[in-house]
Amino acid sequence: MKRKDTIHDHLFKQIGSSLLLILLFLAAGQVINADWTEVVENRKQAAFFLEGFLQPEWSYIDRLLEPMIETISMSISGTFLGVITAVPAAFLGTNLVTRNPVITFIFRTFFSLIRTIPNLLLAALFVAIIGIGELTGVLTIAVFTFGMVSQLIFASIETIDIGPLEADNSIGATRFQIAVNAVWPQVAHSVYAYALYSFEVNIRASAVLGYVGAGGIGVMLNTALSFMQFGRVSLIILIILFLVFLTSLISEYIRREVI
Amino acid sequence: MIELKNVSKTFPNGVVGLNNINLTIEQGEFICIIGLSGAGKSTLLRSLNRLNDVSEGEIIINGESITHANSKELRRMRRNIGMIFQQFNLVRKNTVQRNVISGRLGYYNNWQTLLGLFSKEDYQRTEDALEKVGLSDKLKVRSDSLSGGQQQRVSIARTIVQEADIILADEPVSALDPVTSETVMNDFKRLNEELKKTIIINIHSVELARRYASRIIGMRHGEIVFDGLASEATDQKLNEIYGKAIFENEIQDSREALEAEIEHRLQQDVSTEL
Repeated sequence: MKRKDTIHDHLFKQIGSSLLLILLFLAAGQVINADWTEVVENRKQAAFFLEGFLQPEWSYIDRLLEPMIETISMSISGTFLGVITAVPAAFLGTNLVTRNPVITFIFRTFFSLIRTIPNLLLAALFVAIIGIGELTGVLTIAVFTFGMVSQLIFASIETIDIGPLEADNSIGATRFQIAVNAVWPQVAHSVYAYALYSFEVNIRASAVLGYVGAGGIGVMLNTALSFMQFGRVSLIILIILFLVFLTSLISEYIRREVI
Repeated sequence: MIELKNVSKTFPNGVVGLNNINLTIEQGEFICIIGLSGAGKSTLLRSLNRLNDVSEGEIIINGESITHANSKELRRMRRNIGMIFQQFNLVRKNTVQRNVISGRLGYYNNWQTLLGLFSKEDYQRTEDALEKVGLSDKLKVRSDSLSGGQQQRVSIARTIVQEADIILADEPVSALDPVTSETVMNDFKRLNEELKKTIIINIHSVELARRYASRIIGMRHGEIVFDGLASEATDQKLNEIYGKAIFENEIQDSREALEAEIEHRLQQDVSTEL
């Protein structure tokens, strides 16, 4: 059987791109001087680290409760702010809604810009502007969420059925009315799901944000690490793990039962 | 009254959609537009409420030019023109009630729409309209759980609450099986007879056109090639204009409708199993 009679229409292209990927991987390793032997050579340090890890300092938990709640509230308010602003922005970022390529282009560029800024840099920026504290964390998470969710929402707007939009247009509805009446119901469920997803991501992210002084449990993690109190580090990591696990359970439940 | 004066439409890719159409339609007429695919039926219909702009000429509705209306005037004029689509164009995830009441959107402002502040009268209109199309029991049902025929009748209810004098329908029965097609066509007939609405329907089926329309307009290559009473559109006359093609179309049409129906039923079976 000849190849063109089978389903392998792009065989050479596929082989070619696979080879290219492998080549890129190897070349990248060369450039950064990745040396796998280091992993083995430094095992003593790893053992020291792990030893501390295996003995979580349980008594420390009292002082972690408050930062833990702080982290959760930071994520909730940050996610809320981010999603609330992302929805109208994403609507304005689609031609389908605006019928105006200029507006769409401006918003799209803005989205890309936001998404290019790394999370930690964003936090560092806000620390510089507002100072250390929870507000910084909330704003960082809000901007980060905005970037992520706006992208997801406008992608789903572009896949909706345009029939209802046409119907509303034909009866004399304004573009705003069309967005509310015909577009929103078609993407609402996706938006809820994205909000939950970004909440999950944000719990993890906010743990790291404390590193640069944006409040929450990350601050404790940073301190413990600097003082090499691995028992505390291990406890904090366990708690973060627990939080992440819990949020994914909850959001899973909401996705299934409510949405 | 609808008047078309020397209306032409050329698409950006050079295809001629309409070629110098002159037409007058009185209030209360029941018109079926027939012709092969690509004859310009849809273009003509969609020009009437300016879903597409015309390149030349002017369309005047009840003495007002829709061609030269600004966006605010256009929206006001569109309130008086209902439209029914081949694919129903309902928001599938919404309830029947929400879909029908959105026929009133032209009478609300942006904020009222955002907050869903519809008036008591409009909720009443919605119920009355659903009763007229025999779907009173489906008020709170999700639209995509209805059959194709029922969905089309929901979209007719949406047009009824709009209380427009003119109703345009673009291939409203092409996606429906023959029996359902008749119920839908009967809905149009009642709207025409009881409420004196102007009905303009694009339709593939010559047979349905002859049975329901008072006046038939035949199109070919963007021009009107027949315009007369339904009784004048005899097989012989149409044969002269179109050749056999227009009748063969019908056979294929009913086959397509049947296939669509089967597919729809299958999909429903699958979705109920899930």
